[in-house]
Amino acid sequence: MTFGILACGAYIPRLRLARRVIAEANSWINPSLKGQAKGERAICNWDEDSVTMAVAAGRDALAAHDRTAVTALYIASTTLPFLDRLNAGIVGEALTLPPGAQALDIGGSQRAGTSALSNALNNAGQTLVVATENRSARAASPAEMISGDAAAAILVGEGNPLARLVASATQTADFVDHYRTIESEYDYSWEERWVRDTGYMAIIPPLITRCLASAGLTPADVSHFCLPTALPRVANAVAKAAGIADAAVADNLHAGCGDTGAAHALLMLVSALERAKPGERILAVGFGQGADVLLFEVMAAMPAIAGRLGVSGHLTRRREETNYTKFLAFNDNIEIERGMRAETDKLTPLSALWRNHETVTAFIGGKCETCGTLQFPKSRICVNPNCNAVDTQQPHPFADTIGRINSYTADRLTYSPDPPACYGMIQFDGGGRWMMDFTDVEPDALTVGTAMQMTFRIKDIDAQRGFRRYFWKAAPSNAESK
Amino acid sequence: MPQGIRDKVAIVGMGCSKFGERWDMEASDLMVEAYSEAIADAGIETRQIDAAWLATAIEEQHVGKSAVPLATALRLPYIPVTRVENFCASGTEAFRGAVYAVASGAADIALALGVEKLKDTGYGGLPQRGRGTLNNMTWPNLSAPGSFAQLAAAYRAKHDITAADLKQSMAHISVKSHDNGARNPKAHLRNRITIDTVLKAPMIAEPLGLYDCCGVSDGAACAIVTTPDIARGLGKHDLISVKAIQLAVSNGQEAQHNSWDGSYFATTRIAATRAYHEAGIQKPRDEIGLIEVHDCFSVTELVTMEDLHISPEGGAIRDVLDGFYDAAGTIPCQIDGGLKCFGHPIGASGLRMIYEMYLQMLGRAGERQRSDLPRIGLTHNLGGFPHQNVCSISIVGHLGT
Repeated sequence: MTFGILACGAYIPRLRLARRVIAEANSWINPSLKGQAKGERAICNWDEDSVTMAVAAGRDALAAHDRTAVTALYIASTTLPFLDRLNAGIVGEALTLPPGAQALDIGGSQRAGTSALSNALNNAGQTLVVATENRSARAASPAEMISGDAAAAILVGEGNPLARLVASATQTADFVDHYRTIESEYDYSWEERWVRDTGYMAIIPPLITRCLASAGLTPADVSHFCLPTALPRVANAVAKAAGIADAAVADNLHAGCGDTGAAHALLMLVSALERAKPGERILAVGFGQGADVLLFEVMAAMPAIAGRLGVSGHLTRRREETNYTKFLAFNDNIEIERGMRAETDKLTPLSALWRNHETVTAFIGGKCETCGTLQFPKSRICVNPNCNAVDTQQPHPFADTIGRINSYTADRLTYSPDPPACYGMIQFDGGGRWMMDFTDVEPDALTVGTAMQMTFRIKDIDAQRGFRRYFWKAAPSNAESK
Repeated sequence: MPQGIRDKVAIVGMGCSKFGERWDMEASDLMVEAYSEAIADAGIETRQIDAAWLATAIEEQHVGKSAVPLATALRLPYIPVTRVENFCASGTEAFRGAVYAVASGAADIALALGVEKLKDTGYGGLPQRGRGTLNNMTWPNLSAPGSFAQLAAAYRAKHDITAADLKQSMAHISVKSHDNGARNPKAHLRNRITIDTVLKAPMIAEPLGLYDCCGVSDGAACAIVTTPDIARGLGKHDLISVKAIQLAVSNGQEAQHNSWDGSYFATTRIAATRAYHEAGIQKPRDEIGLIEVHDCFSVTELVTMEDLHISPEGGAIRDVLDGFYDAAGTIPCQIDGGLKCFGHPIGASGLRMIYEMYLQMLGRAGERQRSDLPRIGLTHNLGGFPHQNVCSISIVGHLGT
């Protein structure tokens, strides 16, 4: 038994916005955007945020893992939706992690992901570390161009790890390349050349040297160098300064995803783990008010796991969004006319949410112990007309069950942030059904019988009270087609 | 099996307001409009009414809760008045209350009135109704057309019908109802349309286009009921009596149990069977002369023809295209224009259907009068969603039939 990274996963939203689209809309005010108009960035659907992406990445990492063994959950992000409500609490419930597991939200800087992982590597038990980011940026800003939305999840603990930590080093410095406060919606950034020279180049190479030296290794022992930065050629320059071969510099996923902020170091680490061979070493860096440097030795090649997409699978699973206004609307960066039907009150009574949290957040229904019928939601009296037994239902999870479309529509009357609202009756393999929202679907491609998987999403946004509620939706199955 | 209410209660007066966008009318004005017609028809005075029932479904948009709005509008003399709500079956629920009161002997004469003032929402279509605290957390933000559109997907899959063929028969239903509505001076929509209009209309909820959806209207309708003996005492001779009223309410089976395939209304099938039994009807296709069903959407009417056991399963498309349900067909369906064109002030709709039965059976339906004077007729309401609903069925006819 060795302590290390036992499993890892990722989530990158299906929607991608070509940078060309951003440049075409905004180069009238910022012509320099044209020079960056290559590739695409991942963007959240309207019903995705840092919490929903964390759940998806966590499920990806735990695809072949016993969730009851998890003893801690760390959520690292600078864009968590709730300031005073444990976001890790939502994620932990959605993942049906044991309520006894420790749960922490970790934020504060772009290296929140590596700091969380570094801490987890010192824990006893099994810690799931999820780094997630849904970055907001002003229209026409460079940040809008280079950012992306994604999450990465890494499970550490005792077992037969994919990789083990060899050495680490950290340094804290109140170096402010950019900041965001409780009063500001967007980052305020200083000149990139200064950040490069005085930040990345001055802080990281000495740390790498210290880390390698503590393990008795040399820069030549690094096969994968993961430095998350969207600044061009900076990763190569840092590698060179530290003596690491240029060939070891890992792709920063700029072409197909974008810089995912606090999630990016772990996203690049997961990507490296997917490519690495046993015996290779991965050096992962997190940068933000100092830096973390984590050196891993790869113990095993990433196995093929049913239901796991990882970084590479999520990069392949994509749908291009070409409508820039829609992107702005999804991120509340434009005041758009939503119609009177959008005025419907979305109040969530918190007492009712708590009473039903297993139903709503964990998607747990019931299984009748008398007749075996699966049903959602769980109820006092069995729904099977030939049973109707009372108080016989045990909790039964539906989140990982494939459902099939029994009926559907694409509704252009009801309010949806992304009309038409697609929904229908989902019938679960093995029993149980529910009339539910669909997401990530093509309205014209809906058919009866299509296999759908459950995905945790924003159900409604209560703009009046600054609340958002979550529930599960049906999305086309990654694994199974009709 | 209970003995039921067949022929225990007679309708002595009916009234119905004009349906439509009644911008200048309060709900109370609409109530008085329907009531004035009914009380004059019955030939009685308000003080003779022993008990009353008020149906409203979306009361938060107009009169508010309780029975006070009816008692106030009609200045009812401190009698028992009850307000009922049961989705789109509300009007029939009020009728059921009044009929049961008379049948029990608790009241000699009872009033049922349904009203809805829907055109104060600021937008077209029905407002989204409150669905309950927990349902709000898990249900889609489903609209009425979106929920009924589900039927089309499941019906096509079950019967292996192309989207185009289904849409064609749905279009026939809407064209037929517009033809009928054009002959009804109280109807909300009185324009004739073509199949092409329906097929080319903007999509509301796939596959339901604008003309697959019924009107959203202001209106009121009312019935005054009593025993056949008292009716005769009031000088009535040609009595229309209630043969059956049945209600079937989903218990979660369609929504939660995989025994339902989504292509039909489980409640309608059950309520219809019970109503035929109560009315003593053996062969509905042969014995019923007129039907008014809940055609909130064209596809609802289509599958309801089968759920009422009139068209064979999978055979409604054929019957519809053959004109079986047209005004001049074997069993006219929505001869008054239906919800589609007469309009759909929710609380009034069930009573509006009975109003049409009453007029047709007494030969008072004017330009749209069916020449054979139907002897037995059926009304049907379906409230809620295909997977979770309330179905009411009434059968009325000449006393002694």
